[in-house]
Amino acid sequence: MSAEPTPSQTIGPFFHDALLDRDRSELVSPAHPAAIKIRGTVYDGAGEVVPDAMVELWQADGAGRYDHPADHREDLSPDEDFSGFGRSGTDARGEFTFSTVKPGPVPGPEGKLQAPHVMVSIFARGLLKRLVTRIYFPDEQEANAVDPVLSSIRDQELRDTLIARDEGDALRFDIRLQGDGQTAFFEL
Amino acid sequence: MAQRTGKEAAGHRREAEGVQPPYLYPDYVATRLRAPKEPLIVLPRTLSDITGPAYGRGPIGELDDDLTRQHSGEPLGERIIVTGRVLDGDGRPVRNSLVEIWQANAAGRYTHQNDQHPAPLDPNFSGAGRCLTDGEGRYRFVTVKPGAYPWKNHDNAWRPAHIHFSLFGPAFRSRLITQMYFPGDPLFEHDPIFQSVRDREARQRMISTFDLETTQPEWALGYRFDIVLEGRDATPMENHR
Repeated sequence: MSAEPTPSQTIGPFFHDALLDRDRSELVSPAHPAAIKIRGTVYDGAGEVVPDAMVELWQADGAGRYDHPADHREDLSPDEDFSGFGRSGTDARGEFTFSTVKPGPVPGPEGKLQAPHVMVSIFARGLLKRLVTRIYFPDEQEANAVDPVLSSIRDQELRDTLIARDEGDALRFDIRLQGDGQTAFFEL
Repeated sequence: MAQRTGKEAAGHRREAEGVQPPYLYPDYVATRLRAPKEPLIVLPRTLSDITGPAYGRGPIGELDDDLTRQHSGEPLGERIIVTGRVLDGDGRPVRNSLVEIWQANAAGRYTHQNDQHPAPLDPNFSGAGRCLTDGEGRYRFVTVKPGAYPWKNHDNAWRPAHIHFSLFGPAFRSRLITQMYFPGDPLFEHDPIFQSVRDREARQRMISTFDLETTQPEWALGYRFDIVLEGRDATPMENHR
């Protein structure tokens, strides 16, 4: 029996006590040998920072395995200590930070492999439904060049918004909701 | 304003029907600078989005589903029970899935530091709860009915009473944050957030129903609110659109 979906509504400005009462920004401890830091700033269409957004990550572990029953590849044993889910609010400077590991490559359409990437949801006051984007990695030029999702984006400037920038101690992934340099967002 | 392309129009069939709100809804002023204007890119179904943080993460406290018992005393206001089922697009129950809620107190005030509405805080009410759905997809919270509250969107703007709901469902695709409203609220027609859903029947799906069966005599009124998440046939990833 088919059922009609419940519409989305904005997260509003007052979600912090319910959704961010626990720190879930560390998918792995920063002390983990493979830990990387991903940080970024969320900007609105006027170039102002967005201090009341919530960013969520979903990703495979370092070997490319998702902690989920739909991933039944038996050659990859899941990393028991890695759930793949993270959540961070933005602070007064519009900034979010995560500690995680770089995911391995995962299967894509038509038997092709996808370049390593992280799924991202953005919620905020003024967003009546979430925005969805992906973080790709700057040290994966070859895999990025043949990634089926990246290469489906013809506008190179738009495509490049999905690739994090290496800042030495961290990867930077800024999110521009609107205007010049707007981040590429997806329709699911 | 940037012209929308044909590609986006096609990708937004659902939005055109008004079942989901658009990103840009100018009556809701905050959308004007936060709605993206570049066309959205249609994402093929892959393992990355038919998987997701499906199960409850972190411990659920014993009193997390009873917002009236989280402090030494009882909160003021009309005690209510809110219950319903979380279903997928095929009408199947979403089991063992995290439900998070938050709301204003009975006077229409959030505990949040940025809420400046001059209505009293209630020392016995924080307004945050969570639980897992059971084997039939059912959740249940005890709380107080939230009050309406003013906001600065436009002159004399008031939000209808609502409870925020956050749901995960079985996959990244099914993630949903929404708001549950109460039947017969006179503020519906004046609220751009509620009205941003243009389809009338879709709007009705955000309104709970009073339920005498859920109501407990001499104790609390009951409201039912079923939630249907996007996503059906979650398994076959070969079937791309």
